[in-house]
Amino acid sequence: MNLKGALSQLNIMRQCRRHNLSLWQCPQFLFVVMGIIIIGVAVSTYFIGTLFVEDPGIIALIVLVSTAVLIVISSIITNSFERLAEANRMKSEFISVVSHQLRSPLSNIKWAIDLLMSGRLGPIRETQTDYFKILKENNNRMKELVNDLLVVSKIDQKILPIVKKNFSLREITEGMIEGFRPFAYASNVEVKLEAEENLPDVFGDPSQIMLVVENLLDNAIRYIREKGEILIKLEKIEKTVRFHIRDTGVGIPQPDQKYIFQKFFRSENALKYQTQGSGLGLYIAKAIVEKSGGTIGFESEEGRGSVFWFTLPISS
Amino acid sequence: MKKILFIEDEFALQKTLGDVLHQEGYEMISALDGETGLRLAKSAKPDVILLDLILPRVHGFTVLKQLKEDEETKAIPVIVLTNLEEMGDINRAIELGATTYLVKAQYSLEEVLEKVKKVLSLPK
Repeated sequence: MNLKGALSQLNIMRQCRRHNLSLWQCPQFLFVVMGIIIIGVAVSTYFIGTLFVEDPGIIALIVLVSTAVLIVISSIITNSFERLAEANRMKSEFISVVSHQLRSPLSNIKWAIDLLMSGRLGPIRETQTDYFKILKENNNRMKELVNDLLVVSKIDQKILPIVKKNFSLREITEGMIEGFRPFAYASNVEVKLEAEENLPDVFGDPSQIMLVVENLLDNAIRYIREKGEILIKLEKIEKTVRFHIRDTGVGIPQPDQKYIFQKFFRSENALKYQTQGSGLGLYIAKAIVEKSGGTIGFESEEGRGSVFWFTLPISS
Repeated sequence: MKKILFIEDEFALQKTLGDVLHQEGYEMISALDGETGLRLAKSAKPDVILLDLILPRVHGFTVLKQLKEDEETKAIPVIVLTNLEEMGDINRAIELGATTYLVKAQYSLEEVLEKVKKVLSLPK
Protein backbone atom coordinates (compact mmCIF):
# COMPACT_ATOMS: atom_id res chain seq x y z
CA MET A 1 0.00 0.00 0.00
CA ASN A 2 1.44 3.41 -0.97
CA LEU A 3 1.30 6.60 1.16
CA LYS A 4 -1.85 7.86 -0.58
CA GLY A 5 -3.62 4.56 0.02
CA ALA A 6 -2.59 4.54 3.66
CA LEU A 7 -3.72 8.14 4.10
CA SER A 8 -7.11 7.53 2.55
CA GLN A 9 -7.48 4.57 4.92
CA LEU A 10 -6.93 7.01 7.79
CA ASN A 11 -9.53 9.34 6.26
CA ILE A 12 -6.91 12.09 6.02
CA MET A 13 -7.38 12.55 2.28
CA ARG A 14 -11.13 12.93 2.73
CA GLN A 15 -10.72 15.42 5.59
CA CYS A 16 -8.28 17.51 3.55
CA ARG A 17 -10.69 17.53 0.60
CA ARG A 18 -13.55 18.55 2.91
CA HIS A 19 -11.51 21.53 4.14
CA ASN A 20 -10.71 22.35 0.52
CA LEU A 21 -6.97 22.33 1.24
CA SER A 22 -4.18 20.78 -0.80
CA LEU A 23 -2.24 17.95 0.84
CA TRP A 24 0.76 20.17 1.63
CA GLN A 25 -1.44 22.74 3.36
CA CYS A 26 -3.55 20.25 5.24
CA PRO A 27 -2.87 20.08 9.01
CA GLN A 28 -3.86 16.41 9.36
CA PHE A 29 -1.44 15.37 6.60
CA LEU A 30 1.35 17.60 7.89
CA PHE A 31 1.05 16.10 11.36
CA VAL A 32 1.64 12.66 9.85
CA VAL A 33 4.67 14.01 7.93
CA MET A 34 6.02 15.55 11.13
CA GLY A 35 5.57 12.29 12.97
CA ILE A 36 7.47 10.40 10.23
CA ILE A 37 10.29 12.98 10.27
CA ILE A 38 10.60 12.84 14.07
CA ILE A 39 10.76 9.04 14.06
CA GLY A 40 13.21 9.10 11.09
CA VAL A 41 15.46 11.64 12.78
CA ALA A 42 15.42 9.76 16.08
CA VAL A 43 16.34 6.46 14.38
CA SER A 44 18.98 7.96 12.06
CA THR A 45 20.51 9.99 14.91
CA TYR A 46 20.85 6.79 16.86
CA PHE A 47 22.60 4.94 14.00
CA ILE A 48 24.79 7.87 12.97
CA GLY A 49 25.58 8.46 16.62
CA THR A 50 26.83 4.89 17.00
CA LEU A 51 28.96 5.22 13.81
CA PHE A 52 30.42 8.68 14.50
CA VAL A 53 30.78 8.71 18.25
CA GLU A 54 33.98 10.72 17.96
CA ASP A 55 32.32 13.61 16.05
CA PRO A 56 29.30 15.02 17.97
CA GLY A 57 29.19 17.93 15.47
CA ILE A 58 27.50 15.68 12.88
CA ILE A 59 24.76 14.73 15.33
CA ALA A 60 24.27 18.34 16.34
CA LEU A 61 23.99 19.26 12.63
CA ILE A 62 21.36 16.56 12.02
CA VAL A 63 19.32 17.72 15.00
CA LEU A 64 19.68 21.35 13.88
CA VAL A 65 18.56 20.67 10.28
CA SER A 66 15.67 18.46 11.34
CA THR A 67 14.52 21.02 13.93
CA ALA A 68 14.56 23.71 11.21
CA VAL A 69 12.45 21.48 8.94
CA LEU A 70 10.00 20.83 11.79
CA ILE A 71 9.70 24.55 12.52
CA VAL A 72 8.89 25.25 8.85
CA ILE A 73 6.23 22.50 8.86
CA SER A 74 4.79 23.79 12.16
CA SER A 75 4.43 27.27 10.74
CA ILE A 76 2.59 25.86 7.69
CA ILE A 77 0.27 23.95 10.06
CA THR A 78 -0.42 27.09 12.10
CA ASN A 79 -1.19 29.01 8.91
CA SER A 80 -3.53 26.29 7.72
CA PHE A 81 -5.41 26.32 11.03
CA GLU A 82 -5.71 30.09 10.77
CA ARG A 83 -7.09 29.73 7.25
CA LEU A 84 -9.61 27.15 8.41
CA ALA A 85 -10.68 29.31 11.34
CA GLU A 86 -11.00 32.34 9.07
CA ALA A 87 -13.02 30.36 6.50
CA ASN A 88 -15.30 29.13 9.27
CA ARG A 89 -15.79 32.63 10.64
CA MET A 90 -16.55 34.00 7.17
CA LYS A 91 -19.03 31.19 6.53
CA SER A 92 -20.90 31.92 9.76
CA GLU A 93 -20.90 35.63 8.99
CA PHE A 94 -22.10 34.94 5.45
CA ILE A 95 -24.98 32.78 6.71
CA SER A 96 -25.93 35.43 9.25
CA VAL A 97 -25.87 38.34 6.76
CA VAL A 98 -27.70 36.44 4.04
CA SER A 99 -30.35 35.18 6.46
CA HIS A 100 -30.97 38.64 7.89
CA GLN A 101 -31.16 40.13 4.41
CA LEU A 102 -33.62 37.44 3.32
CA ARG A 103 -35.97 38.05 6.21
CA SER A 104 -37.19 41.48 5.11
CA PRO A 105 -38.23 40.52 1.57
CA LEU A 106 -39.84 37.34 2.95
CA SER A 107 -41.89 39.41 5.42
CA ASN A 108 -42.88 41.78 2.62
CA ILE A 109 -44.04 38.88 0.46
CA LYS A 110 -45.90 37.28 3.38
CA TRP A 111 -47.82 40.45 4.17
CA ALA A 112 -48.64 41.08 0.53
CA ILE A 113 -50.03 37.53 0.26
CA ASP A 114 -51.98 38.06 3.53
CA LEU A 115 -53.49 41.20 2.05
CA LEU A 116 -54.44 39.51 -1.23
CA MET A 117 -55.92 36.50 0.59
CA SER A 118 -57.88 38.65 3.05
CA GLY A 119 -60.19 39.77 0.26
CA ARG A 120 -59.70 43.41 1.25
CA LEU A 121 -58.62 44.25 -2.29
CA GLY A 122 -61.63 42.55 -3.82
CA PRO A 123 -63.09 39.06 -3.91
CA ILE A 124 -60.79 36.15 -4.75
CA ARG A 125 -61.91 33.65 -7.33
CA GLU A 126 -61.98 30.03 -6.20
CA THR A 127 -59.48 29.09 -8.91
CA GLN A 128 -57.03 31.59 -7.43
CA THR A 129 -57.19 30.36 -3.84
CA ASP A 130 -54.98 27.30 -4.41
CA TYR A 131 -52.29 29.47 -5.98
CA PHE A 132 -52.34 31.90 -3.08
CA LYS A 133 -51.97 28.91 -0.76
CA ILE A 134 -48.97 27.71 -2.80
CA LEU A 135 -47.39 31.15 -2.48
CA LYS A 136 -48.02 31.23 1.25
CA GLU A 137 -46.70 27.70 1.89
CA ASN A 138 -43.55 28.29 -0.11
CA ASN A 139 -42.97 31.58 1.60
CA ASN A 140 -43.29 29.73 4.92
CA ARG A 141 -40.80 27.11 3.81
CA MET A 142 -38.26 29.78 2.94
CA LYS A 143 -38.93 31.56 6.22
CA GLU A 144 -38.33 28.35 8.18
CA LEU A 145 -35.11 27.65 6.32
CA VAL A 146 -33.87 31.18 7.00
CA ASN A 147 -34.78 30.78 10.68
CA ASP A 148 -32.85 27.49 10.82
CA LEU A 149 -29.84 29.13 9.19
CA LEU A 150 -29.96 31.93 11.75
CA VAL A 151 -30.10 29.44 14.63
CA VAL A 152 -27.15 27.56 13.11
CA SER A 153 -25.11 30.74 12.76
CA LYS A 154 -25.86 31.56 16.42
CA ILE A 155 -24.83 28.04 17.48
CA ASP A 156 -21.59 28.36 15.49
CA GLN A 157 -20.82 31.74 17.01
CA LYS A 158 -21.76 30.37 20.45
CA ILE A 159 -24.36 33.09 20.97
CA LEU A 160 -27.55 31.01 20.91
CA PRO A 161 -29.61 32.45 23.78
CA ILE A 162 -30.87 29.84 26.24
CA VAL A 163 -33.20 31.27 28.89
CA LYS A 164 -33.81 28.45 31.35
CA LYS A 165 -36.89 28.01 33.48
CA ASN A 166 -39.13 25.22 34.78
CA PHE A 167 -41.70 23.91 32.34
CA SER A 168 -43.78 20.86 31.47
CA LEU A 169 -42.31 18.82 28.62
CA ARG A 170 -45.63 17.01 28.45
CA GLU A 171 -47.54 20.21 27.68
CA ILE A 172 -45.08 21.18 24.95
CA THR A 173 -45.27 17.71 23.43
CA GLU A 174 -49.07 17.64 23.49
CA GLY A 175 -49.25 21.10 21.88
CA MET A 176 -46.79 20.05 19.19
CA ILE A 177 -48.69 16.82 18.42
CA GLU A 178 -51.86 18.89 18.08
CA GLY A 179 -50.14 21.30 15.70
CA PHE A 180 -48.83 18.43 13.58
CA ARG A 181 -52.17 16.62 13.46
CA PRO A 182 -53.18 17.82 9.95
CA PHE A 183 -49.73 16.93 8.54
CA ALA A 184 -49.79 13.52 10.26
CA TYR A 185 -53.32 12.87 8.99
CA ALA A 186 -52.36 13.83 5.45
CA SER A 187 -49.34 11.48 5.69
CA ASN A 188 -51.44 8.55 7.02
CA VAL A 189 -49.52 8.56 10.26
CA GLU A 190 -50.97 7.97 13.68
CA VAL A 191 -49.18 9.76 16.53
CA LYS A 192 -49.59 8.33 20.05
CA LEU A 193 -48.35 9.74 23.33
CA GLU A 194 -47.63 7.73 26.44
CA ALA A 195 -46.66 9.93 29.35
CA GLU A 196 -45.87 8.73 32.84
CA GLU A 197 -48.25 9.89 35.57
CA ASN A 198 -47.04 12.83 37.69
CA LEU A 199 -44.13 13.58 35.37
CA PRO A 200 -42.01 16.32 36.99
CA ASP A 201 -41.25 19.63 35.25
CA VAL A 202 -37.92 19.99 33.47
CA PHE A 203 -35.43 22.84 33.55
CA GLY A 204 -34.50 24.36 30.19
CA ASP A 205 -35.49 26.89 27.56
CA PRO A 206 -39.07 25.96 26.54
CA SER A 207 -39.01 27.92 23.27
CA GLN A 208 -35.80 26.18 22.16
CA ILE A 209 -36.96 22.75 23.35
CA MET A 210 -40.12 23.27 21.28
CA LEU A 211 -37.82 23.50 18.27
CA VAL A 212 -36.23 20.14 19.21
CA VAL A 213 -39.61 18.38 19.62
CA GLU A 214 -40.81 19.98 16.37
CA ASN A 215 -37.75 18.76 14.44
CA LEU A 216 -37.96 15.21 15.80
CA LEU A 217 -41.69 14.92 15.18
CA ASP A 218 -41.42 16.45 11.72
CA ASN A 219 -38.66 13.98 10.75
CA ALA A 220 -40.60 11.03 12.17
CA ILE A 221 -43.70 11.86 10.10
CA ARG A 222 -41.77 12.88 7.00
CA TYR A 223 -39.79 9.66 6.69
CA ILE A 224 -42.70 7.26 7.07
CA ARG A 225 -43.66 5.83 3.69
CA GLU A 226 -47.30 5.47 2.80
CA LYS A 227 -48.58 4.90 6.35
CA GLY A 228 -47.30 4.17 9.79
CA GLU A 229 -47.26 4.88 13.47
CA ILE A 230 -45.32 7.12 15.83
CA LEU A 231 -45.11 6.49 19.54
CA ILE A 232 -43.85 9.22 21.84
CA LYS A 233 -43.00 8.26 25.42
CA LEU A 234 -42.22 10.58 28.28
CA GLU A 235 -40.72 9.04 31.37
CA LYS A 236 -38.68 9.97 34.41
CA ILE A 237 -35.27 8.36 34.48
CA GLU A 238 -33.21 9.20 37.56
CA LYS A 239 -32.80 12.97 37.63
CA THR A 240 -34.01 13.51 34.07
CA VAL A 241 -37.13 13.33 31.96
CA ARG A 242 -36.64 11.34 28.80
CA PHE A 243 -38.47 12.12 25.56
CA HIS A 244 -38.52 9.11 23.28
CA ILE A 245 -39.98 9.02 19.75
CA ARG A 246 -40.27 5.80 17.76
CA ASP A 247 -41.32 5.73 14.13
CA THR A 248 -41.92 3.03 11.55
CA GLY A 249 -40.15 5.00 8.84
CA VAL A 250 -37.38 4.30 6.34
CA GLY A 251 -34.62 4.26 8.99
CA ILE A 252 -31.03 5.44 8.62
CA PRO A 253 -28.47 3.24 6.83
CA GLN A 254 -25.64 2.10 9.13
CA PRO A 255 -22.82 3.95 7.31
CA ASP A 256 -24.72 7.26 7.56
CA GLN A 257 -25.52 6.98 11.25
CA LYS A 258 -22.29 8.55 12.52
CA TYR A 259 -22.93 11.71 10.47
CA ILE A 260 -26.58 12.16 11.36
CA PHE A 261 -26.05 15.07 13.78
CA GLN A 262 -23.69 16.90 11.43
CA LYS A 263 -24.67 20.21 9.91
CA PHE A 264 -26.26 19.97 6.42
CA PHE A 265 -25.91 16.18 6.42
CA ARG A 266 -28.71 14.28 4.73
CA SER A 267 -28.69 10.53 4.59
CA GLU A 268 -28.82 8.93 1.15
CA ASN A 269 -32.16 7.29 1.77
CA ALA A 270 -33.55 10.54 3.23
CA LEU A 271 -32.80 12.13 -0.14
CA LYS A 272 -34.36 9.16 -1.91
CA TYR A 273 -37.70 9.40 -0.07
CA GLN A 274 -37.89 13.06 0.78
CA THR A 275 -36.26 15.75 -1.29
CA GLN A 276 -37.28 18.56 1.04
CA GLY A 277 -35.03 19.27 4.01
CA SER A 278 -31.88 21.16 4.79
CA GLY A 279 -30.07 18.71 7.04
CA LEU A 280 -30.07 21.25 9.87
CA GLY A 281 -32.85 19.98 12.16
CA LEU A 282 -30.87 17.33 14.04
CA TYR A 283 -27.77 19.51 14.25
CA ILE A 284 -29.89 22.24 15.88
CA ALA A 285 -31.65 19.71 18.14
CA LYS A 286 -28.34 18.32 19.42
CA ALA A 287 -26.89 21.76 20.10
CA ILE A 288 -30.01 22.90 22.00
CA VAL A 289 -30.34 19.73 24.08
CA GLU A 290 -26.66 19.75 25.04
CA LYS A 291 -26.75 23.44 25.88
CA SER A 292 -29.75 22.72 28.10
CA GLY A 293 -27.73 20.15 30.07
CA GLY A 294 -29.31 17.10 28.44
CA THR A 295 -28.22 14.32 26.09
CA ILE A 296 -29.57 13.18 22.74
CA GLY A 297 -29.23 9.95 20.80
CA PHE A 298 -30.91 7.48 18.48
CA GLU A 299 -31.07 3.92 17.25
CA SER A 300 -32.12 3.10 13.74
CA GLU A 301 -32.50 0.20 11.39
CA GLU A 302 -32.85 0.73 7.68
CA GLY A 303 -36.31 -0.26 6.47
CA ARG A 304 -37.71 -0.69 9.98
CA GLY A 305 -37.64 2.73 11.57
CA SER A 306 -35.82 4.90 14.09
CA VAL A 307 -35.97 5.82 17.74
CA PHE A 308 -34.74 9.25 18.74
CA TRP A 309 -34.53 10.32 22.36
CA PHE A 310 -33.33 13.19 24.48
CA THR A 311 -33.19 13.89 28.18
CA LEU A 312 -33.55 17.11 30.15
CA PRO A 313 -32.72 17.70 33.79
CA ILE A 314 -35.64 17.74 36.22
CA SER A 315 -36.36 21.15 37.71
CA SER A 316 -34.75 21.64 41.10
CA MET B 1 -59.77 60.27 12.48
CA LYS B 2 -56.80 58.77 14.34
CA LYS B 3 -53.37 59.37 12.87
CA ILE B 4 -50.65 56.75 12.52
CA LEU B 5 -47.04 57.61 11.72
CA PHE B 6 -45.30 54.68 10.04
CA ILE B 7 -41.50 55.01 10.08
CA GLU B 8 -40.27 52.24 7.78
CA ASP B 9 -37.73 52.27 4.96
CA GLU B 10 -39.24 49.30 3.11
CA PHE B 11 -41.63 50.71 0.56
CA ALA B 12 -43.38 47.34 0.20
CA LEU B 13 -44.36 47.33 3.88
CA GLN B 14 -45.38 50.99 3.76
CA LYS B 15 -47.71 50.05 0.94
CA THR B 16 -49.26 46.83 2.35
CA LEU B 17 -49.67 47.78 6.00
CA GLY B 18 -50.35 51.41 5.07
CA ASP B 19 -53.16 50.40 2.69
CA VAL B 20 -54.77 48.11 5.29
CA LEU B 21 -54.63 50.75 8.04
CA HIS B 22 -55.98 53.35 5.65
CA GLN B 23 -58.85 50.99 4.75
CA GLU B 24 -59.56 50.61 8.45
CA GLY B 25 -60.13 54.34 8.62
CA TYR B 26 -56.84 55.65 9.96
CA GLU B 27 -54.95 58.59 8.55
CA MET B 28 -51.54 57.36 7.49
CA ILE B 29 -48.38 59.44 7.55
CA SER B 30 -45.27 57.75 6.27
CA ALA B 31 -41.57 58.36 6.79
CA LEU B 32 -38.92 56.39 4.94
CA ASP B 33 -36.04 57.31 7.30
CA GLY B 34 -35.45 58.10 10.97
CA GLU B 35 -34.79 61.79 10.53
CA THR B 36 -38.05 62.43 8.64
CA GLY B 37 -39.84 60.26 11.19
CA LEU B 38 -38.66 62.43 14.09
CA ARG B 39 -39.65 65.62 12.29
CA LEU B 40 -43.13 64.30 11.39
CA ALA B 41 -43.69 63.00 14.94
CA LYS B 42 -43.34 66.57 16.17
CA SER B 43 -45.27 68.35 13.45
CA ALA B 44 -48.12 65.88 12.80
CA LYS B 45 -48.73 64.73 16.41
CA PRO B 46 -49.79 61.17 15.54
CA ASP B 47 -51.82 58.98 17.94
CA VAL B 48 -49.43 56.08 17.52
CA ILE B 49 -46.05 55.52 15.88
CA LEU B 50 -45.04 52.31 14.11
CA LEU B 51 -41.26 52.21 14.14
CA ASP B 52 -38.79 49.99 12.31
CA LEU B 53 -35.33 49.74 13.89
CA ILE B 54 -32.91 49.42 11.00
CA LEU B 55 -33.47 52.79 9.34
CA PRO B 56 -31.37 55.07 7.16
CA ARG B 57 -30.08 58.44 8.49
CA VAL B 58 -31.10 57.93 12.13
CA HIS B 59 -31.29 54.43 13.65
CA GLY B 60 -34.61 53.32 15.12
CA PHE B 61 -33.21 53.12 18.69
CA THR B 62 -32.05 56.75 18.44
CA VAL B 63 -35.46 57.75 17.08
CA LEU B 64 -37.16 55.97 20.00
CA LYS B 65 -34.81 57.55 22.56
CA GLN B 66 -35.35 61.07 21.17
CA LEU B 67 -39.13 60.58 20.95
CA LYS B 68 -39.25 59.58 24.61
CA GLU B 69 -36.94 62.38 25.73
CA ASP B 70 -38.94 65.09 23.99
CA GLU B 71 -41.82 66.57 26.02
CA GLU B 72 -43.88 67.04 22.85
CA THR B 73 -43.68 63.41 21.73
CA LYS B 74 -43.01 61.31 24.81
CA ALA B 75 -46.69 60.45 25.41
CA ILE B 76 -47.19 58.99 21.93
CA PRO B 77 -47.23 55.18 22.11
CA VAL B 78 -44.55 53.55 19.95
CA ILE B 79 -44.96 50.08 18.45
CA VAL B 80 -41.60 48.70 17.34
CA LEU B 81 -42.03 46.65 14.17
CA THR B 82 -38.79 45.00 13.13
CA ASN B 83 -37.08 41.81 12.10
CA LEU B 84 -34.53 42.00 14.94
CA GLU B 85 -35.49 39.38 17.48
CA GLU B 86 -32.56 39.26 19.91
CA MET B 87 -33.57 39.52 23.57
CA GLY B 88 -31.05 42.35 23.94
CA ASP B 89 -32.85 44.44 21.28
CA ILE B 90 -36.28 43.68 22.73
CA ASN B 91 -35.22 44.65 26.27
CA ARG B 92 -33.50 47.80 25.03
CA ALA B 93 -36.60 48.94 23.13
CA ILE B 94 -38.86 48.31 26.13
CA GLU B 95 -36.42 50.11 28.45
CA LEU B 96 -36.40 53.08 26.09
CA GLY B 97 -40.19 53.25 26.35
CA ALA B 98 -41.66 51.23 23.47
CA THR B 99 -45.25 50.12 24.17
CA THR B 100 -45.05 46.88 22.16
CA TYR B 101 -42.35 45.04 20.25
CA LEU B 102 -43.40 43.00 17.20
CA VAL B 103 -41.12 40.81 15.08
CA LYS B 104 -42.39 41.13 11.51
CA ALA B 105 -41.62 37.53 10.54
CA GLN B 106 -43.74 36.21 13.41
CA TYR B 107 -46.94 38.16 12.76
CA SER B 108 -49.52 38.17 10.03
CA LEU B 109 -50.87 41.43 8.67
CA GLU B 110 -54.17 40.96 10.55
CA GLU B 111 -52.35 40.30 13.81
CA VAL B 112 -50.36 43.52 13.42
CA LEU B 113 -53.60 45.35 12.71
CA GLU B 114 -55.11 43.95 15.93
CA LYS B 115 -52.06 45.06 17.93
CA VAL B 116 -52.32 48.59 16.51
CA LYS B 117 -56.02 48.75 17.38
CA LYS B 118 -55.29 47.48 20.89
CA VAL B 119 -52.59 50.11 21.50
CA LEU B 120 -54.88 52.85 20.17
CA SER B 121 -57.62 51.76 22.58
CA LEU B 122 -55.32 52.03 25.61
CA PRO B 123 -56.05 54.99 27.90
CA LYS B 124 -53.50 57.77 27.49
